[in-house]
Amino acid sequence: MNGTTVRIGLAAALLCSVFGTAAFAGEIDSYSVVTQQRLQNPEAGNWLLYRRTYDGHGFSPLSQINTGNVAALTPIWTFSTGVIEGHEAPPMVNNGVMFVTTPQDQVLALDATTGDLIWRYAPKLPEDLFQLHPTNRGVALWGDKLYLATVDSRLIALDAKTGKVVWESKIGDYHRGEYSTLEPLVVNGKVMVGTSGGEFGVRGFIAAYDADTGNQLWKTYTVPSPNEPGGNTWDSDAWKTGGGSVWITGNYDPKRNLAYWGVGNAAPWPGDLHPGDNLYTSSTVALDPNTGQIKYYHQYHWNDSWDWDEVRPPLLINMEYNGQMIDALVHPARDAYFWELQQTDDGIKFLSAWPFSYQNAFTSIDPQTGRPSYDLAHKPTVGKLVTFCPSLWGGEDWVSESYSDQTHLVYVPANNGMCGEYNGVDKKLIAGQLWLGADPNTLNLLPRGDHLGELQAWDPVTHKQVWMYPFPNQLFASVLTTAGDLVFVGGTNDRMFRAFDARTGELLWQQRTNSGIIAPPVAYQVGDTEYIAVQSGWGVDAQRIQQSLSTTPLKVDPDAVPQGGVIWVFALRRH
Amino acid sequence: MPPRPGDLLVLADSDTGTAPLKPADLKLGADPYLGWALDPNDKVPRDGTRLNQILLMRFDPSSLTDREKAWAVDGVVAFSAICTHQGCTVTYWLTAPQVLECPCHQSQYNPRDAAKVVGGPAPRPLPALPLKMAGGLLVVAAPFTDRVGGEQQTY
Ligand code: FES
Repeated sequence: MNGTTVRIGLAAALLCSVFGTAAFAGEIDSYSVVTQQRLQNPEAGNWLLYRRTYDGHGFSPLSQINTGNVAALTPIWTFSTGVIEGHEAPPMVNNGVMFVTTPQDQVLALDATTGDLIWRYAPKLPEDLFQLHPTNRGVALWGDKLYLATVDSRLIALDAKTGKVVWESKIGDYHRGEYSTLEPLVVNGKVMVGTSGGEFGVRGFIAAYDADTGNQLWKTYTVPSPNEPGGNTWDSDAWKTGGGSVWITGNYDPKRNLAYWGVGNAAPWPGDLHPGDNLYTSSTVALDPNTGQIKYYHQYHWNDSWDWDEVRPPLLINMEYNGQMIDALVHPARDAYFWELQQTDDGIKFLSAWPFSYQNAFTSIDPQTGRPSYDLAHKPTVGKLVTFCPSLWGGEDWVSESYSDQTHLVYVPANNGMCGEYNGVDKKLIAGQLWLGADPNTLNLLPRGDHLGELQAWDPVTHKQVWMYPFPNQLFASVLTTAGDLVFVGGTNDRMFRAFDARTGELLWQQRTNSGIIAPPVAYQVGDTEYIAVQSGWGVDAQRIQQSLSTTPLKVDPDAVPQGGVIWVFALRRH
Repeated sequence: MPPRPGDLLVLADSDTGTAPLKPADLKLGADPYLGWALDPNDKVPRDGTRLNQILLMRFDPSSLTDREKAWAVDGVVAFSAICTHQGCTVTYWLTAPQVLECPCHQSQYNPRDAAKVVGGPAPRPLPALPLKMAGGLLVVAAPFTDRVGGEQQTY
């Protein structure tokens, strides 16, 4: 097991502590400490960051499982988490040990080869918690600790060997709708997190904590106050409750020491309730992890009115552009445009943008700045029923695309023709209450075309779609690519987990699972065996889309996808 | 502390501070109001926890079922605002089916009939808060009729 041994005490018992500490307690005998060097150059067999590498590619260099043999991929072990709701975390793997989080902020440590449970951490969550998004997207690894950002807005450091709490810090106030669901990003011993709460009228922020002590090092609001840079893009007091939440792990460029974070929608949804461009909502910000200072930004669309969070950070791709190698920032956006930007020493430069799914809100893009012009007939406002494409779930929601370092293509889990509508309402914010600015009677999906989900392969250099695989209903899951020239994705309401040929889009393998998959798959190796792992556990937005589609002509069954999480681990059938 | 018999009521987003509610303050057929119980002695809202939140609506009294009539005053009905499924705040009023809906998993309740579950995963009705009238004001007649809150998720 690559030098890691696992000891599970026979006496390990269910210790359901009132303090919510480890509920099943074994111990990892030797643990491979995670360093900056390892995060920057991860071993091929490990998955140490949310998307494996700081550039966000979601690509594994493993190739034992490949296009030639994937048909023989078979389940090796499964583990039932015992939790319902949306399982959205990648299994993190460090030299034979797997760490998985579930809804309700549980953390499981498992032997990655056998599926033996080593320990389980189950925090006690407050009874008065309003969980609009009951999910968690994984633990970050650093040193001998794990870092968990919780849905009641705490950052908890666990001893990786035992699952015991080392320290705990407050991120925000869940009573006001601040909460966290993202996997933290660690750079040089600084643990960065963001806050969710765009639907509760929070003022979004990113904050960093000392990995050893839990002391807060800095906190940067994603919505500036009037006297800060960008403050003049809010024409009223709306900045105080302006949204801009941060709920997907950032990427990091060690060369320039820049952390890239995506910023969510402006709040409440209708743009006329927060006049102005509303920096830094629906933007990428590049900040200095040492100070939290925002050095550069690009706003994809101003005065967001569609709930188009741009919370995914851009892929960092060193690629050719007009015959030159550039540091590109590539972002298939929730607004359904495929954005290409360039990071230079002077700032972020707009290169190009084009729709990858049907979009009717933009009329043009300024070729110099990338600023879109809008068709006001499709920009939601107060007091009018407005239809728009894509829907609030966007062309690609929070789920991650993947860039293959081998095919040099970007694989986008898209929805195409999934339009929506709502009638904006102006309601007073009650702290801790949902504050959408939309009449719930009018929150409808309007599907068009003969299918919705599309797995799309794009060449970021030529801007050509290389292939596309359609699915009848929504596609809602993150993508994995591997050096076996494979693309893995779940995300459909038929509960399938699928593998495609990365070059042709041919479906090579599929496995029906217990529930629907919305989580990111990962690839790892222990000994001489490559494994593919993913959590199956439907819920949250994938289920809300399912519910919404049930009242459209598609008439899907709202209860078709059972809930309950299971970790699935696959390898080639020779074991 | 949860609402107690004798408490007055106040709106959670009140502009007028802690003026106790009269039935006429609630518009017939309007979206649900969120409120708190108000300690009648020190006039402090019992707003220490979201679990104390009260959902208020006003209907034509003749449209209420008999069991709802027993708890309502002048067409004003009051319930725990906390969904019995997983504890989100029930805030949506769907006008066509005339039901309350929880934004989290679309549980639906009929406020004219003791908040009976008419759709979705909620296992039981919203606990009711029986009301009476005193001095022209809405007054809590009895504690919540059932345990407030959702089902705890365990494994
Ligand atoms: S919490 Fe209300 S339906 Fe689930």
